[in-house]
Amino acid sequence: KMLDDSLEPGWLSEEVKTGTTIIAIEFDGGVVLGSDSRVSAGETVVNRVMNKLSLLHDKIYCALSGSAADAQTIAEMVNYQLDVHSIEVGEDPQVRSAATLVKNISYKYKEELSAHLIVAGWDKRGGGQVYVTLNGLLSRQPFAVGGSGSSYVYGFVDAEYRKAMSKEDCQQFVVNTLSLAMSRDGSSGGVAYLVTIDEKGAEEKCILGNELPTFYDQ
Amino acid sequence: MAAVYMSANRPENAFSTVDLVPEWAQEEVSTGTTIMAVEFDGGVVIGADSRTTTGAYIANRVTDKLTPIHDRIFCCRSGSAADTQAVADIVTYQLGFHSIELDEPPLVQTAANLFKQTCYRYREELMAGIIVAGWDKRRGGQVYTVPMGGMIVRQPVSVGGSGSSYIYGFMDSNYKPGMTKEECLHFCTQALALAMERDGSSGGVARLAAITEEGLERRVVLGNQLPKFSNA
Repeated sequence: KMLDDSLEPGWLSEEVKTGTTIIAIEFDGGVVLGSDSRVSAGETVVNRVMNKLSLLHDKIYCALSGSAADAQTIAEMVNYQLDVHSIEVGEDPQVRSAATLVKNISYKYKEELSAHLIVAGWDKRGGGQVYVTLNGLLSRQPFAVGGSGSSYVYGFVDAEYRKAMSKEDCQQFVVNTLSLAMSRDGSSGGVAYLVTIDEKGAEEKCILGNELPTFYDQ
Repeated sequence: MAAVYMSANRPENAFSTVDLVPEWAQEEVSTGTTIMAVEFDGGVVIGADSRTTTGAYIANRVTDKLTPIHDRIFCCRSGSAADTQAVADIVTYQLGFHSIELDEPPLVQTAANLFKQTCYRYREELMAGIIVAGWDKRRGGQVYTVPMGGMIVRQPVSVGGSGSSYIYGFMDSNYKPGMTKEECLHFCTQALALAMERDGSSGGVARLAAITEEGLERRVVLGNQLPKFSNA
């Protein structure tokens, strides 16, 4: 939309999307999730500090991307369903169960929805786990990236990922990846949110824009 | 039954002769591509994949997308194969003529601006993203990028083509100013391998070239020799 021939600002008519870069990675004993904080409606940034790492349960989080409304709704529905499920079984739910609930909604309504959620967390049966639910599939991966900014960092994560990284290495990996993606993708930016989940619980962290790592041309 | 169902899904083609020709013969030939170029002190290193596609069919799996424009000036072509070949031929002619008039080797900046002039003038008709790189006596190794639309900008390192999206992060984090020729070649090989792994329109072999005052050195890295980054 190069020429603005409308009297209205773009954000009144454009769909609100979490343009986004999201990432989740397993380590021995837990997971690290990361996201940027930009929500755009066309060219306007309608929220520059949105936390896209949404709680599904005490030790299970999901990262939101795509249409903001769709992603938030799926996360809220699964949060409710997991609460009910965990009361029924009498213990903390498995990460796979949370991912399956997300997948069921994504698959059933795949024509109407345009959101991709990455589900990650810790449970006592499987340790740290990351699941992707893109387009309604369910797949466990050692790490996953998603959102519009992820395209720019596929090369970086392929080159830098090593098996059996420590918790601190994973956190650094996530921060570096987010920083690179946010500097190349117009729909990603703001601050970086990190969540580290292990047996003890979930720890949230926010890294401001000027504290992110910089690379050669910045 | 199946044939009727298939054509019902494309109502505009229900009874046309389009069905008699394979799909790849109707698609435009495109160099899907990953191309890149890096400056170093004393020259440039350029690299490209080798896949040319028409739709999903790989028309040429050993394409050479690194095209000489003059003795020490090359261009890396991405976009429509026909458009880029035509523009490169035009610029090769113009530059050769200019060099004879000047009676000395042409500047890389001149070659890049010739590309820009053609790509900008015919911007609506062309689909060509070109990286011009080479060595000249005045400024040494230089890389100029002329993306679609026809702008020109000099950059120490530049990537282009459909596969380039996937390696911006790798390029930003791994490029360091002041690399040697061997380090640049290694950097390009890795970047091309990563892009070819992720982009369906890039693949085949990795072609590299190093251009310096002394001359030109071309290399080919075959598919099975490319660095592997599998995390399976």
